[in-house]
Amino acid sequence: MKTECPVCSAEIELAKDSVQGELIECPDCGTELEVISVTPPAVKEAPQEEEDWGE
Amino acid sequence: MKVSVSIVGASGYTGGELLRLLLFHPNVELKQVTSESYTGKFVHKIHPNLRKSSILKFVSAAELEPCDLLFLCLPHNSSQNKIDDYKKLAPKIIDLSADFRLKDSTEYEKWYGHKHARPDLLNEFIYGIPELHREEMKTANYISSAGCNATASILGLYPLYKNGMVELDRTVIEVKVGSSEGGNKVNEGSHHPERSGVVRSYQPTQHRHTAEMLQEMSFGKKMQIHFSATAIDMVRGLLATCHVFLKEDLQEKEIWKIYREAYGNEPFIRIVKESDGIYRYPEPKLLSGTNYCDIGFKKDEFSNRLVVMSAIDNLMKGAAGQALQAFNIMHGFDEKTGLEFPGLHPI
Ligand SMILES: [Zn+2]
Repeated sequence: MKTECPVCSAEIELAKDSVQGELIECPDCGTELEVISVTPPAVKEAPQEEEDWGE
Repeated sequence: MKVSVSIVGASGYTGGELLRLLLFHPNVELKQVTSESYTGKFVHKIHPNLRKSSILKFVSAAELEPCDLLFLCLPHNSSQNKIDDYKKLAPKIIDLSADFRLKDSTEYEKWYGHKHARPDLLNEFIYGIPELHREEMKTANYISSAGCNATASILGLYPLYKNGMVELDRTVIEVKVGSSEGGNKVNEGSHHPERSGVVRSYQPTQHRHTAEMLQEMSFGKKMQIHFSATAIDMVRGLLATCHVFLKEDLQEKEIWKIYREAYGNEPFIRIVKESDGIYRYPEPKLLSGTNYCDIGFKKDEFSNRLVVMSAIDNLMKGAAGQALQAFNIMHGFDEKTGLEFPGLHPI
Protein backbone atom coordinates (compact mmCIF):
# COMPACT_ATOMS: atom_id res chain seq x y z
CA MET A 1 0.00 0.00 0.00
CA LYS A 2 2.87 2.37 -0.73
CA THR A 3 2.88 5.33 -3.06
CA GLU A 4 4.83 8.55 -3.48
CA CYS A 5 4.06 12.14 -2.55
CA PRO A 6 3.83 14.15 -5.80
CA VAL A 7 5.36 17.21 -4.11
CA CYS A 8 8.39 15.85 -2.25
CA SER A 9 8.49 12.19 -3.35
CA ALA A 10 8.33 10.92 0.22
CA GLU A 11 7.06 7.38 0.57
CA ILE A 12 3.38 7.48 1.50
CA GLU A 13 1.94 4.47 3.25
CA LEU A 14 -1.83 4.25 2.77
CA ALA A 15 -3.76 2.78 5.71
CA LYS A 16 -5.56 -0.51 5.10
CA ASP A 17 -8.94 1.16 5.43
CA SER A 18 -8.13 4.07 3.10
CA VAL A 19 -10.88 5.05 0.70
CA GLN A 20 -10.90 6.98 -2.53
CA GLY A 21 -11.39 10.72 -1.95
CA GLU A 22 -9.89 10.62 1.53
CA LEU A 23 -7.55 13.48 2.50
CA ILE A 24 -4.21 12.65 4.09
CA GLU A 25 -1.15 14.68 4.93
CA CYS A 26 2.40 14.02 3.74
CA PRO A 27 4.58 13.47 6.81
CA ASP A 28 7.58 15.16 5.19
CA CYS A 29 6.35 18.25 3.37
CA GLY A 30 2.95 18.57 5.03
CA THR A 31 1.05 18.82 1.75
CA GLU A 32 -2.56 17.77 1.90
CA LEU A 33 -3.05 14.86 -0.46
CA GLU A 34 -6.17 13.28 -1.88
CA VAL A 35 -6.34 9.53 -2.32
CA ILE A 36 -7.36 9.10 -5.95
CA SER A 37 -7.08 5.33 -6.03
CA VAL A 38 -6.61 2.59 -3.47
CA THR A 39 -5.67 -0.32 -5.73
CA PRO A 40 -3.17 0.58 -6.96
CA PRO A 41 -2.45 3.25 -4.37
CA ALA A 42 -2.23 6.78 -5.78
CA VAL A 43 -2.50 10.28 -4.42
CA LYS A 44 -2.60 13.80 -5.81
CA GLU A 45 -2.20 17.24 -4.31
CA ALA A 46 -5.51 18.35 -2.76
CA PRO A 47 -6.85 21.79 -3.69
CA GLN A 48 -5.31 24.39 -1.38
CA GLU A 49 -7.27 26.52 1.03
CA GLU A 50 -6.89 30.28 0.89
CA GLU A 51 -3.53 31.54 2.13
CA ASP A 52 -3.49 33.03 5.64
CA TRP A 53 0.18 33.54 6.29
CA GLY A 54 2.03 36.81 6.38
CA GLU A 55 5.18 38.61 7.37
CA MET B 1 32.19 3.95 31.48
CA LYS B 2 32.92 7.48 32.70
CA VAL B 3 35.27 9.80 30.86
CA SER B 4 37.03 12.43 32.96
CA VAL B 5 36.76 15.80 31.32
CA SER B 6 37.90 19.35 32.02
CA ILE B 7 36.99 22.60 30.30
CA VAL B 8 39.61 25.27 29.67
CA GLY B 9 37.93 28.66 29.41
CA ALA B 10 34.62 27.77 31.02
CA SER B 11 33.40 31.26 31.90
CA GLY B 12 32.65 32.28 28.31
CA TYR B 13 29.37 31.59 26.56
CA THR B 14 30.58 28.50 24.72
CA GLY B 15 32.31 27.14 27.82
CA GLY B 16 29.18 27.73 29.88
CA GLU B 17 27.01 25.96 27.37
CA LEU B 18 29.36 23.01 27.38
CA LEU B 19 29.38 23.03 31.17
CA ARG B 20 25.57 22.87 31.18
CA LEU B 21 25.63 19.87 28.84
CA LEU B 22 28.47 17.96 30.51
CA LEU B 23 26.98 18.24 34.01
CA PHE B 24 24.05 16.11 32.87
CA HIS B 25 25.93 13.68 30.64
CA PRO B 26 25.73 10.18 32.15
CA ASN B 27 29.18 9.15 30.90
CA VAL B 28 31.09 12.22 31.97
CA GLU B 29 32.94 13.02 35.14
CA LEU B 30 33.45 16.76 34.99
CA LYS B 31 36.71 17.37 36.78
CA GLN B 32 37.84 20.96 36.44
CA VAL B 33 36.70 24.13 34.77
CA THR B 34 39.09 27.02 34.33
CA SER B 35 38.77 30.77 34.23
CA GLU B 36 41.55 33.23 34.90
CA SER B 37 39.15 36.09 35.67
CA TYR B 38 36.91 34.13 38.03
CA THR B 39 39.32 31.74 39.77
CA GLY B 40 37.85 30.57 43.07
CA LYS B 41 34.26 31.52 42.23
CA PHE B 42 31.35 29.11 41.95
CA VAL B 43 30.35 28.48 38.34
CA HIS B 44 26.83 29.75 39.00
CA LYS B 45 28.22 33.22 39.66
CA ILE B 46 28.79 33.45 35.92
CA HIS B 47 26.28 30.89 34.64
CA PRO B 48 23.26 31.45 36.92
CA ASN B 49 21.24 28.72 35.22
CA LEU B 50 23.58 26.23 36.90
CA ARG B 51 22.72 27.27 40.46
CA LYS B 52 22.09 24.09 42.43
CA SER B 53 23.33 21.91 39.56
CA SER B 54 26.96 22.08 40.52
CA ILE B 55 29.26 23.15 43.32
CA LEU B 56 32.27 23.36 41.02
CA LYS B 57 34.48 26.43 41.29
CA PHE B 58 36.61 27.88 38.55
CA VAL B 59 40.32 27.15 38.82
CA SER B 60 43.26 28.70 37.04
CA ALA B 61 44.56 26.84 34.01
CA ALA B 62 47.86 26.52 35.90
CA GLU B 63 46.09 24.15 38.33
CA LEU B 64 44.86 21.76 35.64
CA GLU B 65 45.33 18.08 36.40
CA PRO B 66 45.53 15.26 33.87
CA CYS B 67 42.21 13.97 32.54
CA ASP B 68 40.90 11.87 29.65
CA LEU B 69 39.78 14.76 27.50
CA LEU B 70 40.15 18.53 27.46
CA PHE B 71 37.66 20.87 25.88
CA LEU B 72 39.36 24.13 24.90
CA CYS B 73 36.98 27.11 24.80
CA LEU B 74 39.57 29.83 24.50
CA PRO B 75 39.72 33.03 22.46
CA HIS B 76 41.18 32.79 18.99
CA ASN B 77 44.95 32.30 18.81
CA SER B 78 45.28 30.85 22.34
CA SER B 79 45.12 27.09 21.78
CA GLN B 80 47.81 27.04 19.09
CA ASN B 81 50.34 28.70 21.40
CA LYS B 82 49.82 26.35 24.34
CA ILE B 83 48.84 23.15 22.60
CA ASP B 84 51.85 21.20 23.88
CA ASP B 85 50.86 21.89 27.50
CA TYR B 86 47.33 20.68 26.83
CA LYS B 87 48.54 17.60 24.99
CA LYS B 88 50.55 16.63 28.06
CA LEU B 89 47.46 16.88 30.24
CA ALA B 90 45.07 14.81 28.13
CA PRO B 91 45.32 12.24 25.36
CA LYS B 92 42.23 13.68 23.68
CA ILE B 93 41.38 17.29 22.88
CA ILE B 94 38.36 19.02 21.40
CA ASP B 95 39.20 22.62 20.52
CA LEU B 96 36.23 24.91 20.02
CA SER B 97 38.25 27.83 18.68
CA ALA B 98 39.21 28.47 15.07
CA ASP B 99 42.87 27.61 15.66
CA PHE B 100 42.95 24.14 14.11
CA ARG B 101 40.02 24.19 11.69
CA LEU B 102 41.94 24.80 8.49
CA LYS B 103 44.24 22.19 6.99
CA ASP B 104 46.28 24.56 4.89
CA SER B 105 48.56 27.01 6.73
CA THR B 106 48.66 29.34 3.71
CA GLU B 107 44.89 29.59 3.78
CA TYR B 108 45.08 30.16 7.52
CA GLU B 109 47.47 33.04 7.04
CA LYS B 110 45.32 34.53 4.29
CA TRP B 111 42.13 34.57 6.38
CA TYR B 112 43.54 35.18 9.84
CA GLY B 113 46.26 37.65 8.88
CA HIS B 114 49.12 36.03 10.74
CA LYS B 115 51.25 32.90 10.59
CA HIS B 116 49.97 29.83 12.39
CA ALA B 117 52.08 28.96 15.44
CA ARG B 118 51.95 25.19 14.80
CA PRO B 119 51.26 24.43 11.15
CA ASP B 120 52.73 20.96 11.75
CA LEU B 121 49.66 20.07 13.82
CA LEU B 122 46.95 21.24 11.43
CA ASN B 123 46.43 17.81 9.94
CA GLU B 124 46.16 16.10 13.31
CA PHE B 125 42.78 17.67 13.94
CA ILE B 126 39.56 16.34 12.43
CA TYR B 127 37.21 19.09 11.29
CA GLY B 128 34.32 18.99 13.73
CA ILE B 129 31.13 18.54 11.71
CA PRO B 130 29.95 14.97 12.47
CA GLU B 131 27.68 14.81 9.44
CA LEU B 132 30.81 15.13 7.26
CA HIS B 133 33.53 13.42 9.30
CA ARG B 134 31.82 10.86 11.51
CA GLU B 135 34.02 7.94 10.47
CA GLU B 136 37.26 9.81 11.14
CA MET B 137 35.93 11.01 14.49
CA LYS B 138 35.48 7.46 15.73
CA THR B 139 39.22 7.02 16.03
CA ALA B 140 40.26 10.66 16.44
CA ASN B 141 42.23 12.06 19.36
CA TYR B 142 41.98 15.67 18.25
CA ILE B 143 38.91 17.44 16.95
CA SER B 144 38.54 21.06 15.95
CA SER B 145 34.95 22.16 16.31
CA ALA B 146 33.52 24.08 13.38
CA GLY B 147 32.50 27.74 13.32
CA CYS B 148 28.80 28.48 13.81
CA ASN B 149 28.29 30.31 10.51
CA ALA B 150 30.25 27.62 8.73
CA THR B 151 28.26 24.83 10.35
CA ALA B 152 24.90 26.21 9.26
CA SER B 153 26.11 27.10 5.76
CA ILE B 154 27.96 23.85 5.16
CA LEU B 155 25.12 21.64 6.41
CA GLY B 156 22.71 23.56 4.21
CA LEU B 157 24.77 23.31 1.03
CA TYR B 158 26.98 20.24 1.38
CA PRO B 159 24.66 17.76 -0.40
CA LEU B 160 24.38 20.07 -3.40
CA TYR B 161 28.13 20.57 -3.76
CA LYS B 162 28.93 16.96 -3.08
CA ASN B 163 26.62 15.88 -5.87
CA GLY B 164 27.98 18.55 -8.22
CA MET B 165 24.59 20.16 -8.72
CA VAL B 166 25.42 23.85 -8.41
CA GLU B 167 27.50 26.43 -10.21
CA LEU B 168 30.79 26.84 -8.41
CA ASP B 169 31.18 30.60 -8.40
CA ARG B 170 27.75 32.04 -7.72
CA THR B 171 26.95 31.00 -4.14
CA VAL B 172 25.80 33.89 -1.97
CA ILE B 173 25.18 33.30 1.71
CA GLU B 174 23.62 35.83 4.05
CA VAL B 175 23.64 34.88 7.71
CA LYS B 176 21.60 36.58 10.42
CA VAL B 177 23.00 36.04 13.87
CA GLY B 178 22.20 36.78 17.48
CA SER B 179 24.40 38.77 19.82
CA SER B 180 25.85 35.79 21.73
CA GLU B 181 27.96 34.97 18.68
CA GLY B 182 30.15 37.92 19.69
CA GLY B 183 31.03 36.26 23.00
CA ASN B 184 30.82 37.71 26.49
CA LYS B 185 33.42 40.44 26.13
CA VAL B 186 31.76 43.81 26.09
CA ASN B 187 32.44 46.57 23.61
CA GLU B 188 30.79 49.87 22.77
CA GLY B 189 28.62 48.27 20.15
CA SER B 190 27.28 45.69 22.59
CA HIS B 191 26.03 48.28 25.06
CA HIS B 192 22.31 47.52 25.37
CA PRO B 193 20.83 50.81 24.10
CA GLU B 194 23.14 50.60 21.08
CA ARG B 195 22.74 46.90 20.39
CA SER B 196 19.02 46.48 21.05
CA GLY B 197 16.87 46.44 17.94
CA VAL B 198 19.80 46.55 15.54
CA VAL B 199 20.14 45.08 12.07
CA ARG B 200 23.89 45.50 11.88
CA SER B 201 25.83 44.56 8.75
CA TYR B 202 28.88 43.65 10.72
CA GLN B 203 30.85 41.57 8.25
CA PRO B 204 29.61 42.09 4.69
CA THR B 205 32.75 40.55 3.14
CA GLN B 206 35.76 38.42 4.01
CA HIS B 207 34.33 36.64 7.03
CA ARG B 208 36.86 34.09 8.30
CA HIS B 209 34.35 31.26 8.41
CA THR B 210 34.28 31.39 4.60
CA ALA B 211 37.62 29.57 4.63
CA GLU B 212 36.03 26.57 6.36
CA MET B 213 33.19 26.47 3.87
CA LEU B 214 35.64 26.45 0.95
CA GLN B 215 37.76 23.78 2.59
CA GLU B 216 34.84 21.45 3.20
CA MET B 217 32.79 21.98 0.04
CA SER B 218 35.13 22.54 -2.88
CA PHE B 219 36.07 18.86 -3.40
CA GLY B 220 39.29 19.83 -5.12
CA LYS B 221 37.61 22.23 -7.53
CA LYS B 222 38.04 25.96 -7.75
CA MET B 223 35.00 27.62 -6.27
CA GLN B 224 33.82 30.81 -4.62
CA ILE B 225 31.51 31.51 -1.74
CA HIS B 226 30.22 35.03 -1.21
CA PHE B 227 29.37 35.34 2.45
CA SER B 228 27.91 38.18 4.51
CA ALA B 229 26.82 38.33 8.12
CA THR B 230 24.24 40.56 9.73
CA ALA B 231 23.75 40.88 13.49
CA ILE B 232 20.10 41.12 14.49
CA ASP B 233 18.21 41.47 17.72
CA MET B 234 18.28 37.91 19.01
CA VAL B 235 20.52 36.56 21.76
CA ARG B 236 20.84 33.04 20.39
CA GLY B 237 20.25 31.71 16.95
CA LEU B 238 21.46 31.91 13.41
CA LEU B 239 19.72 31.68 10.08
CA ALA B 240 21.76 31.20 6.91
CA THR B 241 19.97 32.08 3.68
CA CYS B 242 22.02 30.55 0.88
CA HIS B 243 21.48 31.39 -2.77
CA VAL B 244 22.85 28.87 -5.23
CA PHE B 245 22.30 28.31 -8.93
CA LEU B 246 21.50 24.81 -10.11
CA LYS B 247 23.28 23.49 -13.16
CA GLU B 248 20.12 21.75 -14.27
CA ASP B 249 16.52 22.80 -13.93
CA LEU B 250 15.64 20.36 -11.18
CA GLN B 251 12.21 20.00 -9.65
CA GLU B 252 11.75 20.46 -5.94
CA LYS B 253 10.98 16.82 -5.39
CA GLU B 254 14.35 15.91 -6.84
CA ILE B 255 15.99 18.28 -4.40
CA TRP B 256 14.03 16.63 -1.60
CA LYS B 257 15.56 13.34 -2.67
CA ILE B 258 19.08 14.72 -2.49
CA TYR B 259 18.59 16.01 1.04
CA ARG B 260 16.82 12.85 2.15
CA GLU B 261 19.66 10.75 0.84
CA ALA B 262 22.29 12.90 2.56
CA TYR B 263 20.57 13.38 5.88
CA GLY B 264 17.81 10.76 6.18
CA ASN B 265 19.61 8.98 9.02
CA GLU B 266 21.10 12.02 10.73
CA PRO B 267 19.87 12.42 14.31
CA PHE B 268 20.26 16.21 14.36
CA ILE B 269 19.19 17.31 10.89
CA ARG B 270 15.58 17.96 9.99
CA ILE B 271 14.21 19.04 6.64
CA VAL B 272 11.71 21.81 7.30
CA LYS B 273 9.66 22.71 4.27
CA GLU B 274 5.92 22.72 4.74
CA SER B 275 3.23 24.01 2.45
CA ASP B 276 1.07 25.33 5.28
CA GLY B 277 1.15 26.08 8.99
CA ILE B 278 2.97 28.88 10.81
CA TYR B 279 6.53 27.47 10.73
CA ARG B 280 7.10 26.49 7.12
CA TYR B 281 10.83 27.05 6.97
CA PRO B 282 13.66 26.79 9.51
CA GLU B 283 13.17 29.18 12.42
CA PRO B 284 16.11 29.70 14.77
CA LYS B 285 14.08 30.70 17.80
CA LEU B 286 12.54 27.21 17.95
CA LEU B 287 16.03 25.72 18.13
CA SER B 288 17.19 27.57 21.25
CA GLY B 289 19.06 25.12 23.46
CA THR B 290 18.80 22.26 20.96
CA ASN B 291 21.40 20.55 18.81
CA TYR B 292 19.27 20.48 15.66
CA CYS B 293 20.09 21.97 12.33
CA ASP B 294 16.86 22.64 10.43
CA ILE B 295 17.19 22.92 6.67
CA GLY B 296 14.63 24.08 4.14
CA PHE B 297 14.70 25.22 0.53
CA LYS B 298 12.68 26.86 -2.22
CA LYS B 299 13.36 26.71 -5.92
CA ASP B 300 12.76 29.91 -7.87
CA GLU B 301 10.18 29.08 -10.50
CA PHE B 302 11.51 31.75 -12.85
CA SER B 303 15.20 30.78 -12.72
CA ASN B 304 17.62 28.11 -11.60
CA ARG B 305 18.14 29.80 -8.27
CA LEU B 306 17.67 27.60 -5.24
CA VAL B 307 17.35 29.28 -1.86
CA VAL B 308 18.47 27.08 1.02
CA MET B 309 17.63 28.11 4.57
CA SER B 310 19.54 26.60 7.44
CA ALA B 311 18.98 27.41 11.12
CA ILE B 312 20.83 26.48 14.30
CA ASP B 313 21.41 27.67 17.84
CA ASN B 314 24.89 29.17 17.45
CA LEU B 315 25.97 28.06 20.94
CA MET B 316 24.63 24.52 20.49
CA LYS B 317 24.89 22.97 17.02
CA GLY B 318 27.13 25.95 16.23
CA ALA B 319 29.52 25.26 19.13
CA ALA B 320 29.08 23.30 22.37
CA GLY B 321 26.35 20.89 21.21
CA GLN B 322 28.26 19.93 18.12
CA ALA B 323 31.44 19.46 20.19
CA LEU B 324 29.57 17.13 22.52
CA GLN B 325 28.17 15.22 19.55
CA ALA B 326 31.74 14.71 18.38
CA PHE B 327 32.75 13.66 21.90
CA ASN B 328 30.01 11.01 21.88
CA ILE B 329 31.19 9.68 18.53
CA MET B 330 34.84 9.58 19.71
CA HIS B 331 33.87 7.42 22.67
CA GLY B 332 31.32 5.17 21.02
CA PHE B 333 28.42 6.59 23.03
CA ASP B 334 24.99 7.09 21.51
CA GLU B 335 25.43 10.30 19.53
CA LYS B 336 22.37 11.88 21.11
CA THR B 337 23.52 11.41 24.72
CA GLY B 338 23.17 14.66 26.63
CA LEU B 339 21.67 16.35 23.58
CA GLU B 340 18.05 15.24 23.67
CA PHE B 341 16.45 18.58 24.57
CA PRO B 342 13.82 19.24 21.85
CA GLY B 343 13.43 22.98 22.40
CA LEU B 344 10.41 25.01 23.45
CA HIS B 345 7.20 26.17 21.89
CA PRO B 346 5.99 28.84 22.32
CA ILE B 347 9.16 30.76 22.96
ZN1 LIG C 1 5.41 15.29 0.58
